[in-house]
Amino acid sequence: MERRRSLPDVLAGAIFVLIGGAFVVGSLGYELGTPLRMGPGAFPLLVGAIVAVLGLAIVVKGLIAGEVVAFGPIPWRAVVFVVLALLFFGFTVRGLGFVPTSAVTALLTTLASSRVRPLMAVAVTAGLTVASTLIFVVGLQLRIPLWGPWLGF
Amino acid sequence: MELLDNLALGFSTALLVQNVLYCFVGVLLGTAVGVLPGIGPTATVAMLLPITFSFEPVTALIMLAGIYYGAQYGGSTTAILINLPGESSAAVTALDGHEMARHGRAGAALATAAVGSFIAGTVATVVLAVAAPPLARVALKFGPAEYFSLVLLGLIVSIALARGSALKALAMIALGVLLGTVGQDIYTGTPRFVFDQRELYGGIDFVSVAVGMFGVAEILRNLENEQTRTAIVSKVKNLWPTREDRRRIVGPILRGTGLGAALGVLPGGGHVLASFTSYAVEKRISKRPQEFGRGAIEGVAGPESANNAAAQTSFIPLLTLGLPAHPVMALMVGAFIVHGITPGPNVITDEPALFWGLIASMWIGNVLLVLLNLPLIGVWVRMLRIPYQVLFPMIILFAAIGTYSLGFNAYDVYAIVFFGLLGYVLIKCGCEPAPLLLGFVLGPLLEENMRRALIISRGDPSVFLTRPISAVLLALAVAALVAAALPTIRRRREVMFTEED
Repeated sequence: MERRRSLPDVLAGAIFVLIGGAFVVGSLGYELGTPLRMGPGAFPLLVGAIVAVLGLAIVVKGLIAGEVVAFGPIPWRAVVFVVLALLFFGFTVRGLGFVPTSAVTALLTTLASSRVRPLMAVAVTAGLTVASTLIFVVGLQLRIPLWGPWLGF
Repeated sequence: MELLDNLALGFSTALLVQNVLYCFVGVLLGTAVGVLPGIGPTATVAMLLPITFSFEPVTALIMLAGIYYGAQYGGSTTAILINLPGESSAAVTALDGHEMARHGRAGAALATAAVGSFIAGTVATVVLAVAAPPLARVALKFGPAEYFSLVLLGLIVSIALARGSALKALAMIALGVLLGTVGQDIYTGTPRFVFDQRELYGGIDFVSVAVGMFGVAEILRNLENEQTRTAIVSKVKNLWPTREDRRRIVGPILRGTGLGAALGVLPGGGHVLASFTSYAVEKRISKRPQEFGRGAIEGVAGPESANNAAAQTSFIPLLTLGLPAHPVMALMVGAFIVHGITPGPNVITDEPALFWGLIASMWIGNVLLVLLNLPLIGVWVRMLRIPYQVLFPMIILFAAIGTYSLGFNAYDVYAIVFFGLLGYVLIKCGCEPAPLLLGFVLGPLLEENMRRALIISRGDPSVFLTRPISAVLLALAVAALVAAALPTIRRRREVMFTEED
């Protein structure tokens, strides 16, 4: 088989090694126990080691005979806006209440598309805010205040 | 007849007004997300799961199950009309179904898919009703050692069915198991990997994992290259197949049903495997193999029946052993647990109304699906015109609200971000997300049973090999692992899955 390097393979392997390794280091901080009474650290240590070893195998394989995987472009704009929208939701839903939080989250999300037009974004935001309020708060009786304490209610 | 009594109980439960209503809501939603490319049943079930917490357990499960098999129906509509499989198992249907549509026979293809699906769904529901109770009785004899081996087998078999490299699938499973250890240890109560955050003591919610990996990551994938979706949808007319068509689809439907019912039991995506296998079989035994790929009706009838039969029988491992065969089932395990029911062999004896009600509802759901799909096909076609710019903000917002309402915990929302990004990078590197979710849900079971088995055996690890059932299950797991790694099978899997793209 011809030698071909595969960057995605190496990257995937590195992620597994990193996470597996982190859990191994972390689990050493907990009691390992004996086989009869396994401590809280034993199982994560075992599985973490397996993940790290498999990750290493993927890295090695990626250097020698990698899979041909097209990594493709990364939609940075979408990544930024989607992450921002979700973080905003988690951070403010308690303080601002359901309606303002949903509206801003929806607006931020519409901006993730590079083909967004302002009018479209506003229309989608308004529509989704009304729809989600009707579905979740009115219809399903979700216990989230419509307007939060940060707004003086 | 015990079976008839049980089915009578099932139908009396499933025919309650609210159960029929939510079964309808489930299959309607399922069809919708099956039709729409870019959102699948896993993300949908994950988002809607919190809403079902206030329902009766049986109602909640009926609706969630409806979304799952409804999506299998809906996926074929998109595959036939615009050559874009809404669900992975519908990819095969697109091969010949779309060709038929291009020749003006979209109606016949859609009707064949619906009729095949209905027959397959009905037969497979009966298979489920007949096969589940004896299996559950066997499973009742399982101790912790057997359960450990069984869960391990389930996880390893799911690799064989994931596309892409077996090594990566294995690593994804292990990573899922590892992430499942976050939170308080079940035996000692020690908080593990929580970074002193109280909110993480209960562990990472599997809904966040599912929404992140299947919802957010998928949206990022779709936003990579935004193109206007081809709005050229063929006109649908002449819904009924001709006499010649009817003669040609009987065999494929029956063979597809048999294949699907058998393969559906396998964990990790049996319905995808079933539709590919059925297509291969039909092509091989056909007297006109050259027609395949050019609009052979057998190429629609067989795989469609197979994938729907498999969708029903994949409930067998869930209902008898508590093992999910598909990410949606993994979420249903969560639904069982939230309602205080441990999924597994006890469900059938402890909650007979729920067990049989769920099975009976599947047949009702299949009837509803035929009614929804054939006369209302125009509605679904129109839905394909919804622009993605409206769709993805809706998914993101509903995902945020859904996960937040799980426990009014902002960490669940942050977890979607984490798993969305992790999932996106891993998917781009050729790692499938489904094995990770299965590992995440089954991981705690694996750990609990391993530790319990070792306590019972006084710390002797040979218990997994000396107990016969456990040893057999482990041997099967090793065989599955070897099979997944063997080059010949790997090549065949590659061939099968490249046809999908």
